[in-house]
This record gives sequence, structure tokens and C-alpha cells, in this order.
Amino acid sequence: MILRRALAAAGTTVLAQSDPIAARMALMKANNDNARNVGQMIRGQAPFDAAKVDAAFVQWAETAQKLPGLFPENSKTGEKSRAAPRIWDNKADFDAKAAAFAKAVAHNRAEAKTSLDGLKTAFKPVSDACDACHKDYRLSQR
Amino acid sequence: MAAVWWLTIPQTVAAASLSPRAPDLGNGRTMFLAGGCASCHMTPKQKDATRLGGGLELHTAFGEFFVPNISPDPKDGIGAWSEAQFVTAMTKGTSPTGEHLYPAFPYPSYQHMRIDDVRDLFAYLKSLPAVAGRVRPHELKFPFSIRRSVGMWKLLFLDGKTFTPNPAQSAEWNRGAYLVNGPGHCAECHSPRNRLGAVIESRRLDGGPSPTDQGGVPSIRQDKLGAWSVDDIVGTLTTGDTPDSDRVGSVMIDVVRNTAELSGADRHAMAVYIKSLPPPAK
Repeated sequence: MILRRALAAAGTTVLAQSDPIAARMALMKANNDNARNVGQMIRGQAPFDAAKVDAAFVQWAETAQKLPGLFPENSKTGEKSRAAPRIWDNKADFDAKAAAFAKAVAHNRAEAKTSLDGLKTAFKPVSDACDACHKDYRLSQR
Repeated sequence: MAAVWWLTIPQTVAAASLSPRAPDLGNGRTMFLAGGCASCHMTPKQKDATRLGGGLELHTAFGEFFVPNISPDPKDGIGAWSEAQFVTAMTKGTSPTGEHLYPAFPYPSYQHMRIDDVRDLFAYLKSLPAVAGRVRPHELKFPFSIRRSVGMWKLLFLDGKTFTPNPAQSAEWNRGAYLVNGPGHCAECHSPRNRLGAVIESRRLDGGPSPTDQGGVPSIRQDKLGAWSVDDIVGTLTTGDTPDSDRVGSVMIDVVRNTAELSGADRHAMAVYIKSLPPPAK
């Protein structure tokens, strides 16, 4: 499991082809870890750290770029996947939302690392882009 | 058969029972936000939450619902409705033509609202832009396609009671209880349902399957939210962030878009009430 996560984080195409569910869940877990870092800074629970902010934006950009390729037809269920079935009926829209996420990340990366205020401004459109996809394409859990 | 027919006669609220009163549009907007009207009724694929042209499609176990136009358009929306007809729809689940409305429209929760709050909401809705376009009828599976059958369902599952404050609890708790169980209709998604599609009251707010997709809706009682503080709950209702640095997803995103615009006091009241909910009895 740890090796799988490490491989996914390193972005090897081998894992992406053999276990796309694990690969995409690892990307989302990394998204969450970075959102936690940024969120703690925004809430004043951790000091502003420009390097950590930039690392977050780099990782989110990686997710946005890799995500659309991790939904082959045979990966609709299993391994606690929360991917909504409607992804496969609306793949073009799903891919467009991933692209919008990529754009929000790229557009706001520079401002986010300038200061805490810059981060607060820059993170909102990124967070909105997360929501835009999760609204229709991530199943909620009981 | 005649007895069934009589038992299932749709109830109405008489105009004469509504005493003259100047509406409070500010309160009407609060009810509009707490009630989440726009989340279902706003015209899809555009961002103006005051355009309530309907048209959203809900795919459920009972069939397909097409959410109606409730803009003040006199032909295609509710522009020609009287106040009493609106109060009847919200609190009795009966349409102006005397038909039962399907409880996909959450009047089992709205029935608990104070009449004055419903009247203020009506005034607020009438102040919004008229949107043309009548929405197509629902496409439901037999026997749900027979509207009269909803009459039996209502006899079994509607209590017709306005919210009554609990005198042992604070005014704030009671405000939260009212908002959550009345206009907020949280239990409609956050509860398990029986075979007839009614909320299992003993497990109200304990989570359940999603009504509209293959996901699940979490419990918001202390069995699930034990680690959340009141401030955490307020935070989620304000920003959509959860204490584990995730964000709410699916339809809850729309809910937060509305609760984010309520007053801080109302969000805090809802959080105080939600934090007080014990795990369900085993």
C-alpha cells in the first residue's frame, strides 16, 4: 500500500495503467494533504510558508494534468472508488472541469506565494474549481 | 374505495384563515435561503439564483421528476397563485388545482414552518424576476404516477404540525431546531427512509442513501460529528470546508451556497442544534 502510494505520487505510468483507481485516489489524497497545509495557514493555525504553498500548487497542477487519463472503462467500481458513474457518460465535461482546475491553479500560483493575504485571495478560485468537479462527479459517503 | 377516496381528499388552507399583514421581505429572503428553493428550482446551466424557471431533472427510485417553474410568471410559474394557494402547497402539499404534490418537493419538512414565514417567503418569491417556460410533467413509474396515491402516503406520514419550541432548551437551540427541521429540510437527505419512501423518524438525521445518485449522505448526529465542535459546524455551513480539510461535495455544495448567506446568528443556531443531536438509540 505504501509502495503503491509512493509509486502513484512519483507518477509512474506503470501504476496508472495497472491500477488507475489507486493512482487517482493517491492524487486526490495528495490534493487533500496540500489543501490541509494551505487551510491551516489561512486559518492562522500554521505560519505562512511560501515554499509549502508553491509545492501545493505544483501538486495540484500535476493532478489536473494526470486525472483525465485515469478513468478507463474498466475502472468504474472497486477499491472504494468514489468516482460517480456519470463521469463515463459525460467524459468531455469531466475533462473540461479538470482543465478548468488546471487553469485556476496556473493562474493563481504566483499570487498565492506572495503573502498570506495573497494566498487567501488566490486559493478561493482553486477551491471553487475543486467544487465544480465534486458537485457532479464525486459521490458523497454515508 | 369511497372511503379511500374520502380519506385522500387533498387538504387546503383557506384564504380567510390568513389575517391581513404586511410581509417582511427580509425574512422572506432568509426563508428562501434556509429553504434552499433555488437549489432545485433555479434554471439550470446559469448562475442567477433568483431565476426560478425550473427544469432540473431529478432521477430517483420513483422515476424522473422535472422541477417546476416557481418564478412569478403568471402563465408558466406561480404568478397567478394566491397567498393561500402558496401556503397550501408548502404546508399541505396540495396544488392550486387541488392535486397532491409529490414529496420530492419537501413539504413534509416545510409543513413545520410558521405560516407567517411562509407568507413572507411568498412575498419574496413574487419580487423575483418572471421566467417564461413551463416545465414538462414528471415521468414516474407505476403506481407512483397516480397522484391520488400520495393522499394515503400523507395520511401515514404527515403530522401537519407547526414547529413547537422546546421550553427546556435555549432560544438559540430552538431557532436552530426550527431552521434545520422546517425550512432547512435537512432530514430529507440526511435520513434513512422506509419502503414507502418516508423518513424513518427514529433515525432522523442519521444519514442514508443519496436520493439522486449512487452515493451516500452522512449522518449529522453525534455518532458521526462527535469530533466536530459547534464552530466546526458553523465553518462548514459558511465555507463548505470540513474539519479534515476536505470540502462538502455533491448537492451539499448548493446547500452551503445558501447557508453561507444566512446571518451568522442563524448559522450558529443551526450548529448548536446539530451539535446537540445524540446518536440514535440502538
